[in-house]
Amino acid sequence: MSSDLVLNGISKQFSGQRAVDNLDLTVPSGSFFALLGPSGCGKTTTLRMIAGLEEPTTGTIRLGEQEITGLRPYKRPVNTVFQNYALFPHLDIFENVAFGLKRRGVKDFKPKVEEMLGLVELSTYGKRRPSQLSGGQQQRVALARALINRPQVLLLDEPLGALDLKLRRQMQLELKRIQTEVGITFVHVTHDQEEAMTMADTIAVMNGGVIEQMGSPAELYDLPATTFVANFLGQSNLIRATIIGQAEENITVDVHGRKVTVPLPRCRVTEGDVWMGIRPEKVFIAAAGTEQSNGSNQLRGAVVTDVSYVGVSTQYLVKLPWDQELTIFEQNTGARGTFGVGETVDLHWLPTHTFVLDADQDAHAGVEHIDDPGGAG
Amino acid sequence: MTRAGRWIRQRLILVVALLVLLYLFAPIFVVMLMSFNEPKSKLSYTFDGFTWANWQHPCRPYGLCDAVSTSLRIGLLATVIATALGTLMAFAMVRHRFRGRAGANLFIFLPMASPEIVLGSSLLALFVSSGFGGKLGFWTVLIAHVMFCLSFVVVTVKARLTGMDSRLEQAAMDLYANEWQTFWRVTFPLVFPGILAAALLSFSLSFDDFIITNLNAGTTVTFPMFVWGSAQRDIPPQINVVGTAMFLLALVLVLGGELARRRRTR
Repeated sequence: MSSDLVLNGISKQFSGQRAVDNLDLTVPSGSFFALLGPSGCGKTTTLRMIAGLEEPTTGTIRLGEQEITGLRPYKRPVNTVFQNYALFPHLDIFENVAFGLKRRGVKDFKPKVEEMLGLVELSTYGKRRPSQLSGGQQQRVALARALINRPQVLLLDEPLGALDLKLRRQMQLELKRIQTEVGITFVHVTHDQEEAMTMADTIAVMNGGVIEQMGSPAELYDLPATTFVANFLGQSNLIRATIIGQAEENITVDVHGRKVTVPLPRCRVTEGDVWMGIRPEKVFIAAAGTEQSNGSNQLRGAVVTDVSYVGVSTQYLVKLPWDQELTIFEQNTGARGTFGVGETVDLHWLPTHTFVLDADQDAHAGVEHIDDPGGAG
Repeated sequence: MTRAGRWIRQRLILVVALLVLLYLFAPIFVVMLMSFNEPKSKLSYTFDGFTWANWQHPCRPYGLCDAVSTSLRIGLLATVIATALGTLMAFAMVRHRFRGRAGANLFIFLPMASPEIVLGSSLLALFVSSGFGGKLGFWTVLIAHVMFCLSFVVVTVKARLTGMDSRLEQAAMDLYANEWQTFWRVTFPLVFPGILAAALLSFSLSFDDFIITNLNAGTTVTFPMFVWGSAQRDIPPQINVVGTAMFLLALVLVLGGELARRRRTR
């Protein structure tokens, strides 16, 4: 389409530190695009370069036919919803929302402002000051203030970060609804993988100034390209393995003496040492010695070391014969009982749920140490 | 414990607060009262009788109104110059990275920390050695006042500016305001309370100053110098009229500012 946002070879250095490293990115017009990554990965810097608040050290930014790399922020058809909103405290809500239209000399701004306040359900709040509004209301004002200008691209910098969980869920749906309604390209920066998955059509996972992988939420989750993506989007069990053969469309890997099959398209490398990955909810857990249907991958002789009941599912930790622990989620369907600590179990899963990654990477990249803030990561 | 004892204990903070306020305001009440005094002798420090005459003829003591006028002119001019320069300096110190910024920050504090008598005498030495010895007066006092007001302006405006979120300016730029519009629509309105406070502070510092002024004034007489001079001979009650008027003016300004602030936040 004509007004795609295209970043070409974008780098940004801050006093020798490389925040963004040779980034190429195309955001299709009208899409809801998320830049996802941990703090310091360069996602906000990328957003600010698109807004014109930072100048790239090298590279170009194009919006449709127009090159906007060196344009001042007020000359770009791009608006931003800032982290913590940055509402003007000395102006009331009406004046905040009208700010952009007035600067561009739009004469008949009043009905437009009222319509926009209606869209974010704040019609009766026009005369109030930002400080008199709740966090969720301020967030909606910030959105209205940017959207009213009908930008070609709307940039959102962690827009929901300051809200509590319940409100955040509600606003995620609300933002998605508004984006569908107005059809403007949204570029959304967040460190919250759940938020990115809920809202975005396309996610670019950033780490250390580069894009690790880009694709739809389902693609990224189903077939991560790096250990970072495998761990940052949801959880993964990564087991050291070696590729020992290839037959037609399948690769055979050796996992500590046991053979496991992986479809060829799900392998990032086709020889040597690898990480074999499997999502915790894709693994079935069965009593030791139970015969399983043909074709599934199996690891026998694991011992349950921890069981935690979390309502919809039961979370198991099982120890494999070579002392590695795996996480397994099992839905609490009630069809059968749970296993206890110390029981010996067999694990099995489908080859089409397995993925194989290059062993040169750190298996713990992207793991969030929530319960272990001081731990070595 | 007795009933009265408990009553006092529960209201101890209130009682202490009232006593402190009394301590603060007693001199001002005395000045107000004495502005209506009709002294029997020239050197009278007691309230001898009530009269409106002092308020009706404030300029009666020779030189009083000239001194007040000189002080007002110096005060207003020094305020305008110091506020304008100091505001620009504050912007430079907060918004721009330049060599020697840390040093500049430190030097700005020096005039506030130095004793006035040192500043005054060194200024006098400077003026005399650069050939202004015979021309001491209005302009040398003005230069001195701008000099010592400047630090206070820079510190006050800087505090306001540092507390301001620079993302607000970025948001304005993002919303199609160019540099000029961003300054006048967002930056200035948000920093203005700081600038106003700095201006009021400058004026009261300048109007009030005696030590530096006295050393550099030559034959010019400001209001504080007039009060000092007459205290040697007699205290005309009109001095209390000027004092009361200045106090009431300050009170009106502060109350007005507070009212405006409340209306804005409602």
